Amino acid sequence: MEETELQNELASIRSIMERSSKFISLSGLSGILAGVYALVGAGAAYKIIEDAHSKLEEAILRVRAQEPLVTTTPSFNSYVTDYSSLNWKLFAIAVIVLIASITTAILLSIRQAKRKNQPMWGSASRSLVFHTMVPLMAGGCLIAVLVFFKLNHFYHPYYGLVAPASLIFYGLALVSASNFTFGEVKYLGICEIILGLIAACLPGHGLLFWALGFGLLHIIYGARIYFKYDK
Amino acid sequence: MNISFDKLDKAFENRVRLQIMSVLAANERYDFNSLKDLLGITDGNLASHLKALEKEEYIVVHKSFLGRKPNTNYEATDKGKKAFKSHLNTLEQLIKQQKLT
Repeated sequence: MEETELQNELASIRSIMERSSKFISLSGLSGILAGVYALVGAGAAYKIIEDAHSKLEEAILRVRAQEPLVTTTPSFNSYVTDYSSLNWKLFAIAVIVLIASITTAILLSIRQAKRKNQPMWGSASRSLVFHTMVPLMAGGCLIAVLVFFKLNHFYHPYYGLVAPASLIFYGLALVSASNFTFGEVKYLGICEIILGLIAACLPGHGLLFWALGFGLLHIIYGARIYFKYDK
Repeated sequence: MNISFDKLDKAFENRVRLQIMSVLAANERYDFNSLKDLLGITDGNLASHLKALEKEEYIVVHKSFLGRKPNTNYEATDKGKKAFKSHLNTLEQLIKQQKLT
C-alpha cells in the first residue's frame, strides 16, 4: 500500500462514519429560505394585527363618544368578531410558513442527498427526525394548552408565553437534533433558547422575537451552512 | 521501530468489512437495509461480509420483527471495537512511518 492509498483509506473511513451517523444533506439554502418565509409571514402578521387594532380602536372611540355606528359601516359586533378571527388568521400564517419551510427543506435535502451520496431516508435522517420531533411535539402541545386556556371570553392569561415557549422548544429540538447533523445546529438552538428567554422577559413583543428567531437567525445559520458545506 | 503490514488485521483486509466496522463504530446499532443503502452493495455481498465479521466475533446480530417484516440489526462487540481501533492506529503509524522515510 502506498501512502496516498493509506490516507485514502482513512479518509474513506472518516467519511463513512460521518455519513452513517449524521444527516449531512441538510441544505443551507433551505435555512435561508425558511428565514425569508418567516420574515414575510411576520410582516403579514404585523399588518393584520395593526389593521384589526385600529378598527377596534375606532369602534371603541365611537362607542365612547356615544356616536351611533352608522348603518353603512359594520356594526360594533362585527369589529369584535373581526378582532377575534385575528387569532385564526395568525395561526393560518404560521401554518403556511411552517409548511413552506418544511417542504423547501425536504426538496433541497433530496437534491443534496443525491449529490453527497447519502440515503435520504436512512438511519441518520430517521434519528434526526425523531430527536427533533420529541421536544417539538411537547412544545406544540404545551402551546396549544396555553392558547386555549382562558379565564373568560376576553382574558387569555398565557397568551404572552406562546412566542417564548415556541422559541425555547424549537431551540431544544435543534440542540437535541444536532448530534445527528452539522454541529452548527447546536449553536442555532442555543441562540433560539436565549432569544426565547429574553422574549419571556419582554411580553408584548412576541412577533418581533419570532421574526428575529425564525427569520434572522435562520438566514444567518443558513448562510453559514451554505458557504461551508453546500459548495 | 518498524511496523509492518502484517500487523494490520486480516479481517479488515477487505474494504467492505472495514466500512461495516466503521459504521458500527460510529453507531450503536445499524440495520441491514440502511447498511446496504449506505455502502451501495448487493444483499448477498453484504450478508457474506457480515457473516465473516460475525464469525470473528467482531459483531453480533439482533433479529426482531417490525410488524411482519424481519428487521436485522448489527452491533459491534467490545472485541470488534478494540480490533477496529488498533487497526486504525496501525494505519496511522504506517502513514507516519512512510512520511519519515
